[in-house]
Amino acid sequence: MKSLAELQAIRDKAKQQMNMRGEQPDAIRVLVGMATCGIAAGAKPVLNAFVEEAAKRNLQNVIITQTGCIGICQFEPVVEIEIPGQDKVTYVKMTPEKAVRIVNDHLVNNNVVTEYTIGANS
Amino acid sequence: MFRSSVLVCGGTGCTSSNSEKIIEALTAEIAKKGLDKEVNIVRTGCFGLCAEGPVVIVYPEGSFYSMVKVEDVSEIVEEHLIKGRIVQRLLYKENADADTITSLAKTNFYEKQKRIALRNCGVINPEVIDEYIAMDGYAALGKVLTEMTPQQVIDEIKESGLRGRGGGGFPTGVKWSLAASNQADQKYVCCNADEGDPGAFMDRSVLEGDPHAVLEAMAIAGYAIGASKGYIYIRAEYPIAVERLKIAIEQAHNYGLLGDDIFGTGFNFDINIRLGAGAFVCGEETALLTSIEGNRGEPRPRPPFPAVKGLFQKPTILNNVETYANIPQIILNGSSWFNSIGTEKSKGTKVFALGGKIKNTGLVEVPMGTTLREIVEDIGGGVPNGKKFKAAQTGGPSGGCIPAQHLDIPIDYDNLISIGSMMGSGGLIVMDETTCMVDIAKFFLEFTVDESCGKCTPCRIGTKRLLEMLEKITSGNGTMEDLDKMEDLCRYIKENALCGLGQTAPNPVLSTLNFFRDEYEAHVKDKKCPAGVCKSLLNYVILTDKCTGCTACARVCPVNAISGKVKETHTIDSAKCIKCGACMEKCRFGAIIKQ
Repeated sequence: MKSLAELQAIRDKAKQQMNMRGEQPDAIRVLVGMATCGIAAGAKPVLNAFVEEAAKRNLQNVIITQTGCIGICQFEPVVEIEIPGQDKVTYVKMTPEKAVRIVNDHLVNNNVVTEYTIGANS
Repeated sequence: MFRSSVLVCGGTGCTSSNSEKIIEALTAEIAKKGLDKEVNIVRTGCFGLCAEGPVVIVYPEGSFYSMVKVEDVSEIVEEHLIKGRIVQRLLYKENADADTITSLAKTNFYEKQKRIALRNCGVINPEVIDEYIAMDGYAALGKVLTEMTPQQVIDEIKESGLRGRGGGGFPTGVKWSLAASNQADQKYVCCNADEGDPGAFMDRSVLEGDPHAVLEAMAIAGYAIGASKGYIYIRAEYPIAVERLKIAIEQAHNYGLLGDDIFGTGFNFDINIRLGAGAFVCGEETALLTSIEGNRGEPRPRPPFPAVKGLFQKPTILNNVETYANIPQIILNGSSWFNSIGTEKSKGTKVFALGGKIKNTGLVEVPMGTTLREIVEDIGGGVPNGKKFKAAQTGGPSGGCIPAQHLDIPIDYDNLISIGSMMGSGGLIVMDETTCMVDIAKFFLEFTVDESCGKCTPCRIGTKRLLEMLEKITSGNGTMEDLDKMEDLCRYIKENALCGLGQTAPNPVLSTLNFFRDEYEAHVKDKKCPAGVCKSLLNYVILTDKCTGCTACARVCPVNAISGKVKETHTIDSAKCIKCGACMEKCRFGAIIKQ
């Protein structure tokens, strides 16, 4: 270790690996429905797409987590996004490609992708 | 990047209740389900709630699973990690009627705590230096080496009000400045990890859960006083802590955070480990330094103090593990942050190892000035089985017992001394009404008699005579004169012993004599042990109105001391009775009592 910059570089890298540990009350939560219905409809690749895309963009304040069945099995895979202080948004019939766009539009730029929401698909 | 982290406690407590097997099973199960790229298994240090171990936490949900068994692993993987359904039945329950608590931070056990020394314990993997760095590790060392002069470092520590956490409470900054002001070709920074008090395991948990914090602090101390070498003296009975320290030192070397020319500033610092062979006296500073030198671990008179002539006759500072664990945080957050926590003369927090008759056995860190009642009742969950709190013992064999009337005293160095106890290293043993205070004093005296090194007479012979008097009292042969003699002898030992071991050895006797003199008098005058502990003063008797003559007691008695016909009241022959208590345990009608 010859400089503080080196230490900083290691810290930034390691922090990213650990960012989901600990309490983050003001974090954006991405909930992927992973009950039997969700998994059968392909929720697993969707979850992975969110994780990879968030890592690629180095999003620190996002928690990607699974949840159970929310009761609208015909719309699976279902993903809900909760941004503190805003209404919850429910996306339905998700795919990995849609996930990438949602990370970009909704998580980064805070624009809801209306065409993927439950309102536009029911 | 992992989507989920499973933290499994790898502290000594959980390891002995099989957490290693849980980690093995988790690793295998996760690999089998193809989740090994998504789920990170982390072996952490102690979470503190040892009574509920083995402990597993799953993030990002923060689900806190307690008393996990190897058989539960597949359910956690299948339900929680694959389907996202929290396994309700494994969640920690604070009490029988409370809802299950999903998050650790929301438990009573954690809510009142403030974790500075333990901040990384149960959060990071102690065997991975990157995780420590992610939690701002080694940033304090970088800051002092590049931005501060040694004098500024010492001033910052002085200003913080940090006092030695090993028990004595000497101001750390003053200690450092004494060593810094002595010129020498070589100085040393030493760490006292010879934690020997019965029931104390604070230092072990810091070393197991966050070893780099101690290494970083020692390097900072080395820069402050002008030392390039450090020694950690740790007891060999702590194999997990020793192993993690070795790994940590090697990793710090590989990153150039120990060794030569750290951060390119020309500062060199190296740390060696020395193992203690289990002698309690080696926790005393001069005995510890003598032991590092390779000699028999015996204390020597002070002055000269170690800051003048310490290890190998060179200026040396010796601090406790917990003291060091606070240092990087003080440097990073500033002395005014640290001295805003705590009481007027005791700043910061203190870690306590809770043990004895308490629900939440484990490790807690609270701001100085927290009352004993808050620790015992709120954090510790109170005395189990509906028993009444009688006393808390702090400071181990050097401390004293705090009775119920002092439960509301704010805990700091000076308050504890004013009521005849001391902070000590942080062991806190809770006793209920079934504990005999004379017996407790005898227990600690047996310990000090065993551990006295024998170098000075007051300690070698004085503690032995004191123990004999206690034995006389607990066997029912004591006189009132003995109580006065004991007090005199206690004072004599305190004033004349060579080192801290002897000077504090009479404290358990003095404080129990002071607060529980009625119990001593009951032993002497009435020949009774009120708590029913001292065997020579006990008699087991059968209550005639409750005995049904079932013969169960007579059959279980190992010495045939119980006689009586079937369906008639039985009697115990007290001359034959060995007071094993087997009959009382066997009786289904509550007809046998101790008196």
